[in-house]
Amino acid sequence: MIAELGHFALVLAFLVTLLQAVVPMAGAARNNPRWMAVADSAALVVFALVLFAFLALMHAFVRSDFSVALVAANSHTLKPLLYKISGVWGNHEGSLLLWVLILALYGAGVALFGGRLPRRLRARVLAVQAAIALGFLAFMLFTSNPFARLATPPAEGNDLNPLLQDPGLAFHPPMLYLGYVGFSMTFAFAVAALIEGKVDAAWARWVRPWALAAWIALTAGIGLGSWWAYYELGWGGWWYWDPVENASFMPWLLGTALLHSAIVVEKRDALKSWTILLAILVFGLSLIGTFLVRSGVLTSVHAFATDPARGVFILLLLIVYIGGALLLYAVRAPQLKGGGLFMPVSREGALLLNNLLLAAATATVFLGTLYPLFLDMTGGGAVSVGPPYYEATFVPVMLPLLLLMGVGPLLAWKRGDLPGALQRLWLAALLAGAAALLAFWLAGGETPLALLGVGIAAWIFVASLTEFAERIQLFRHPASAGRRMRQLPRAAFGMTLAHLGLAIAILGMTGASAWKEERVVNLTPGASVAVGGYDYALEGVSRIQGPNYWAFRARFAVTQSGRPVATLEPERRFFSVQRLPTTEAAIHTTGFADLYAVIGDPDGKGGWTVRIYREPLVPFIWGGILVMVMGGLVSLSDRRFRVGAPARARNAALPAARNA
Amino acid sequence: MPGGMTPRAAGRIPVLAGLLALFLAFAGAAALAVEPSEMLADPALEARARAISREIRCLVCQNQSIDDSAADLARDLRLLVRERLVAGDSDQAVRDFLVARYGDFVLLDPPVRPRTWGLWFGPAAILAIAALGATLYFRRRRAAAPPAPLTPEEASRVGRLVEEERLP
Repeated sequence: MIAELGHFALVLAFLVTLLQAVVPMAGAARNNPRWMAVADSAALVVFALVLFAFLALMHAFVRSDFSVALVAANSHTLKPLLYKISGVWGNHEGSLLLWVLILALYGAGVALFGGRLPRRLRARVLAVQAAIALGFLAFMLFTSNPFARLATPPAEGNDLNPLLQDPGLAFHPPMLYLGYVGFSMTFAFAVAALIEGKVDAAWARWVRPWALAAWIALTAGIGLGSWWAYYELGWGGWWYWDPVENASFMPWLLGTALLHSAIVVEKRDALKSWTILLAILVFGLSLIGTFLVRSGVLTSVHAFATDPARGVFILLLLIVYIGGALLLYAVRAPQLKGGGLFMPVSREGALLLNNLLLAAATATVFLGTLYPLFLDMTGGGAVSVGPPYYEATFVPVMLPLLLLMGVGPLLAWKRGDLPGALQRLWLAALLAGAAALLAFWLAGGETPLALLGVGIAAWIFVASLTEFAERIQLFRHPASAGRRMRQLPRAAFGMTLAHLGLAIAILGMTGASAWKEERVVNLTPGASVAVGGYDYALEGVSRIQGPNYWAFRARFAVTQSGRPVATLEPERRFFSVQRLPTTEAAIHTTGFADLYAVIGDPDGKGGWTVRIYREPLVPFIWGGILVMVMGGLVSLSDRRFRVGAPARARNAALPAARNA
Repeated sequence: MPGGMTPRAAGRIPVLAGLLALFLAFAGAAALAVEPSEMLADPALEARARAISREIRCLVCQNQSIDDSAADLARDLRLLVRERLVAGDSDQAVRDFLVARYGDFVLLDPPVRPRTWGLWFGPAAILAIAALGATLYFRRRRAAAPPAPLTPEEASRVGRLVEEERLP
């Protein structure tokens, strides 16, 4: 019964969304305030309906209602509660429902907190949003109904894929979707602005918090996914250039570009038409990511042909939304007159270069991900694109960008002084060189690229601090620097933090790629192996019973020159329903490196295959991503984003009182 | 040929549709890859074998190298690589041998050929187009007439306004 109600709520949501897509748009065109007001209430109703459907599905999962086909295929009574809940989105239909739920959440967010948006823009934004939701609700109702019933319910479910039964996976998809879908907001703002024919500083200021929120969530989502892969897959890697990873990385790269170009629109009224194009393309990449993952083309071009309904539907949505938006762009963009003039060497120029390099980097990942598909479909034969390709193409595009990151923030708007900026970065250059030398002294020169990576991380780190110190005039007027720091807008802190975070993460990525140590050996209990200055003694292997699996658990005593450091207990789990083993790596972090142990299969003669890794600087990757996310959050809390356009800030009290 | 590449791993791992599941499919064989029994006694030779293995695709997996994969085919290929190395082949000879057998698909580092020109030269071409676009942008902006300088009256008015702002 509850499942039917959930299905019914989705159908209702579809109808209300239709209303929300049409009436406010017409209202905005005819300047009819009552029609425009429909948008707000409709957005809230849609959110309530989709939330109800989502909770209904969750109810079916928690109660193990195997008469619902999706639950029978993806759940099991013995599964722990957390995974019964996260199992809701650990499958195609459920994850789509989560997608639409988050879309509706953003819509409700505009309805609730968009009070300062001009009425017409708000109505149009919500209408565009509804048009997106309409397509995805239709997709769900026509091809992927999560509430489909089974005529003869099985007594027990098929269980969730064991690799997904992990806390990291409970949080990774919702975060990622918050990011993906968040860029539907910037898309909606872009399309609304094109319809309106007006893009100004106020528009950019309204868009920035949404772009920022999406970027934060996407950053955190990618970070969580990478972290999960690192500790769960059992070979200590954290990025594989897998098409699915690339599908989330492309919107991140281009979304980062959007974040920066929106600053230029807000501050200098330039790069408008480019920013609109970026907003459309970022959401396009989110949709392409969804298409790649959902249609099965990645498994094989032929998998797509065997069950084309879903793939074709998403492809159609992609063509309608992105094609439509680009068409609108082609018609309207020439009317967007650029405002502020600037020289190539200037803050705007640096941000433009940032955008070009990020766009080229995105294109590189795009080529690497889709070229093999394209070649295969056109009969060009099969090729594989793996990490070596990205190392040869993506990295060279990113290097100048990372160097630029140190200089750009020190350039003045309109006309910058490059020699002056470089002069102020003498300390950063010096310390970057010193850091590279230190790395050479510690690790040797076998990996020159790694030395460059360390140098670049130090360069960005010190340059960001230099820029911050300059901003508060720490060295010129130290007495009043504290006061100036307190008066600094939060967005300035946010930028510094985010850039510092990237520097930290780059150091981590460099160390982890260049200086990882690995030993794969066969150990009998009592024997030990030395890796990276630590001794790992296998004390024993025991068999343990979990809620829905049993496992071998090994016990390693880790010592460094006789002094105990840690006890590591990796597991190899066997899930009885899906008959799939998983590895649970045991990780001890020293802060500068991870000691990473994995237990493999027994050899039948009392020995065990054991994998031990020393992963230098990996904690810096997670720490750096965390600092980036914090930077984003600090920036998001900037009151200028809540107050809205600068002109309104001055007399904010009046309209606020009137609205209340 | 690609029809035969339906992931064999899929039989072992129930592949769910979707983001997570695709992630898995390549993670699929969470079973471990290189086994101690496969390794060569000579550390230099073994290091070469590992380096080559990292750039050879496990043909039945999703985007996984034979060094990472636990699929049977990956194991066969790992042993084959080591066999060739022991027989005295150079690294390139081992790669050529595998390409002759399985085609370019086996290389994770795609070779530069006319049909992969788009792949290899695409990024540079895009950068060149972007640079050209930026140059044209600045050229066009420079051509646009700069705003007329302030008249003396305007200048004095600006001065007055600035003074007013300064006063508390």
